[in-house]
Amino acid sequence: MEPPAPSLGHGAGFPMAPDPALCTVRSPVALQVGDVKTDLARPGVAVIDVALPPTQPLDLQEIVFKNSYTAFLTVRVQRRRPCDVGREGARKWVTCLWNHCLMPSPHTEAGSQDYFSVFRHQMLCDVDQVTAVRLILRQPSPVWLHFTLEELRLYPRGQQSLQTGFPSWLSNLAPQQQPENLHGGVPDPEKVSTEVQQLWVLTEMIRANQTAARIGRFDVDGCYDINLLSYT
Amino acid sequence: MLEQDTGLSLAIAQIVQRLKGSSLHSQLERQARGSLHKPEIKLDSLKEDIKEFLKTSGWEKRLQNAVYSELNVFPSPCHPAAPPEHMKEPLVYMRKAQGSWEKRILKSLNSMCTELSIPLARKRPIGEQKELLNKWNEMGTDEPDLSLFRPVYAPKDFLEVLMNLRNPNYENGDQPSFRNHLGLIQVPLKVKDIPELRDYFSELGLNTGQLGIDDSTQVPPELFENEHVRVGQTVLTEQDSAAAQQYVRQGCPTALRAELWALILNISNQPEDILYYEQLKSNVIQHDLLVDSLIYKDVKLTASNDDYYFVFEDYLYQVLLCFSRDTSVLEHFSYSSATPPKSYIRGKLGLEEYAVFYPPNALSQLNSFIISVAPLCFLYHEPSKLYQIFREMYVRFFFRLHSISSHPSGIVSLCLLFETLLQTHLPQLFYHLREIGAQPLRISFKWMVRAFSGYLATDQLLLLWDRILGYNSLEILAVLAAAVFAFRAVNLMEVTSLAAAEAVLADLSTLKVMPLLQIFLFATVT
Repeated sequence: MEPPAPSLGHGAGFPMAPDPALCTVRSPVALQVGDVKTDLARPGVAVIDVALPPTQPLDLQEIVFKNSYTAFLTVRVQRRRPCDVGREGARKWVTCLWNHCLMPSPHTEAGSQDYFSVFRHQMLCDVDQVTAVRLILRQPSPVWLHFTLEELRLYPRGQQSLQTGFPSWLSNLAPQQQPENLHGGVPDPEKVSTEVQQLWVLTEMIRANQTAARIGRFDVDGCYDINLLSYT
Repeated sequence: MLEQDTGLSLAIAQIVQRLKGSSLHSQLERQARGSLHKPEIKLDSLKEDIKEFLKTSGWEKRLQNAVYSELNVFPSPCHPAAPPEHMKEPLVYMRKAQGSWEKRILKSLNSMCTELSIPLARKRPIGEQKELLNKWNEMGTDEPDLSLFRPVYAPKDFLEVLMNLRNPNYENGDQPSFRNHLGLIQVPLKVKDIPELRDYFSELGLNTGQLGIDDSTQVPPELFENEHVRVGQTVLTEQDSAAAQQYVRQGCPTALRAELWALILNISNQPEDILYYEQLKSNVIQHDLLVDSLIYKDVKLTASNDDYYFVFEDYLYQVLLCFSRDTSVLEHFSYSSATPPKSYIRGKLGLEEYAVFYPPNALSQLNSFIISVAPLCFLYHEPSKLYQIFREMYVRFFFRLHSISSHPSGIVSLCLLFETLLQTHLPQLFYHLREIGAQPLRISFKWMVRAFSGYLATDQLLLLWDRILGYNSLEILAVLAAAVFAFRAVNLMEVTSLAAAEAVLADLSTLKVMPLLQIFLFATVT
């Protein structure tokens, strides 16, 4: 089986799955009592609806986004269940993440523009066969003018392939470092296999990179005769 | 955010990547290969035996120290989706502000270059090279005409830039409200309050012995000092960086300070380090840079006029001129919010293979921290070791005092921490000073930006810098600044102008740093 290829625009990181799932992210809608335009008070809650193509329900692996001054995040999903087939009525919304804290101190900048990942094993319920996702953003502090999430991407579960032959020192790492994991019984195999997959890609990265040791020369072939400094 | 386990493996992978190709790596390999001849290494348990050998011969300790050093210097790995600028500085508006500040400095350098018709860099003719080599140890005797050179910027220009920092998403109304800060800094960064500082600096508490307090002549040395010195000697024998860093939180005995600091900064002065320094020296001799004249001028203005530091003038030239040629300093730009200025070889504008950094270590704003080299001259006399210590201190701590970033040890956070502490614990004083037009930050900024060097007595300064190394953070500078204001509060309440306030706080050379800090943190009634 082919290992997942790194997707572009991911910076220096390792890919979680082949590509983000296709979805439509609507712009945030503020929930406010009273008239939105004339009311001076800031809405502290906004909702982002994400619609997935109805014919392709998603097995959600991970949600990745860049925060923009949101303090708390709640995620609800709508799932397609076998019992729903043939039934028209509204499907139930289920909460899979409750009040996840993004900014520990909402009046200050900590965490305000950071990148976050939410994985399926952090979620409160099963997130297979998801047809719609709703993100409820809360920002209790009135000092910020706008708050939202940017660069929102949903990742489906990728193939669980393992390349053999990654460096043996990496496989010797895990046991000594985390003895406490064994107290809760055998760790979740899904979680372990995802992480091993990530570790594998990391080692591929390291193998591909040459050492970054510098030679220490600052001139080009003995010449350091330079123009003015450039502004770009 | 990365979750715990993935974050750990990513951090490990990054540290391995950085240590690969370093001299420690090749030394370890050589040692491991050499150990194969030893009888206790058996083929069937090869890996375990070599690991055991490295442990007993002390090499594992050196590796531990190197890893600890990497952990201290480099920030924890970002989310994989984050672009590299995000690791330098997560907040977009701060990056923009740093970018425009840098542009201003570049323009200033360029205009100086064109006005004075002096090239940014020039290769020295052979005669001049010989002459410089001869007087390498006494460059201070030179009196070149530096009247046309002006410093690239003054600390108060930098303070103006910091005062004008605004978050576009923050409610910066004209009406005074709870959202506007009463001080000069208007960005809402998270700073610690006194309960958090008490927790963070718990080793400075009233019940813990401190050098700077419990070693004074009235206290019998059996109570604390002798034991502390003995522990320090044990730490040095064990050569453990992490233990040394914990130890210096209570202060360093003067006799052990040089070695302890070298241990914490993981500087070992190997032959290749001395060779590297000699290479930098030859770079200085071969090329003459415009920034060299700026360095000369700054040293003449600051250190040469100081009662304590003028003896080290020659050392300062040797260290700083070499520092500006050092390309290994470029590595710190991956976690600094600053970007190195670039230029192109003459005639090859725009061709990337002829792009170089200017100056080679890409730091054109050297003034105002030049004086932070001088205290190190008291500890280290060998130029290559002095150079390495200074370079390591710069890329760990002092660079944060000269760039705009949201890091807790960055100058913006330090200013905000100072103002918040003063407002919370001396509200009357703060209000009074503000009313008379003497915003406290205007006075304390110059102390913090130079890490108090040149203001405190040298032994007190070194005790303060012990704590900077011990806690791996510059926040203690802001706490000390607030403590100084608290100490002179009675006099300050009586002044009626900024000049008078500055006069009250002009002379800090008689202050004892540790009692001030202890009282402010642990003994102030809030």
